[in-house]
Amino acid sequence: MGAGDFPAGLEEFIARRVDELVAKKVEEQMAQLKPKGPPSMTIIATKGTLDWAYPPYILASTAAALGWDVAVFHTFYGLKLLLRDLSGLQVSPLGNPAMPMKMPFGPQWFRDISWNMPNAIPSIVPGFETLATSLMKQTFKNKGVASIEELRRTCIEADVKLIACQMTVDVFGFDPKDFIPEVSQYCGATTFLPMAQKADVSLFI
Amino acid sequence: MDFDKELDARGLACPMPIVKTKKTLAGMAAGQVLKIVATDAGSVSDMQAFAEATGHQLLASQTQGPEYVFYLKN
Repeated sequence: MGAGDFPAGLEEFIARRVDELVAKKVEEQMAQLKPKGPPSMTIIATKGTLDWAYPPYILASTAAALGWDVAVFHTFYGLKLLLRDLSGLQVSPLGNPAMPMKMPFGPQWFRDISWNMPNAIPSIVPGFETLATSLMKQTFKNKGVASIEELRRTCIEADVKLIACQMTVDVFGFDPKDFIPEVSQYCGATTFLPMAQKADVSLFI
Repeated sequence: MDFDKELDARGLACPMPIVKTKKTLAGMAAGQVLKIVATDAGSVSDMQAFAEATGHQLLASQTQGPEYVFYLKN
């Protein structure tokens, strides 16, 4: 039995029909595999300084505003972002070579000056980090940037899951009583990684 | 343009204009129009993206001097 045995046109008809049917079947199977839900994102927050507290919460609250499912896994120094009292968050120009130091007060020509801080100054001058932190807070206030407290509250109101890494809570001696009550769970990488795998976007900050 | 509610987002930086827009819309009925005034330059493309992502209709996006005015349909 070969191609020559089919009446003319039948073979093309069969080929076309098969293509249509296969395409439809594949679409049906695909639809069953991944039920359509909102986009999802997981963020691993590892830093505990004031400047790096912003990216996880800005991204999480923005995604939540877009209707996404978001979870933030706080580990290492990112756990500091879960403390009830966030006033201890500091920023340091030490070892932060790209950090622009501009004064948030005075006439505009003064504000435009970029002060190049050699590493020696923050490491020797006591209280420099406190100074840099208050300058940065003033800069944020001038520009209308929300505080970390406000951004975190926005995340909580938007049902962003704030997760704490149990291991680093133990290792760094954090007391869960010092954390906000809204921490949704304490778990490890084994629990978190499958969440990251299922998410559409996974970020490490 | 007619609107049912106005949100003053002047002086707020990303992500607050969008976050507050979302919150305000949640308290409004379907079909109502929200007027948002912002000074954040990034809000122009953000409002567009927000409208597309959430299915709300961006009726108008205008620049009035240093301010950006948006009309969003819930």
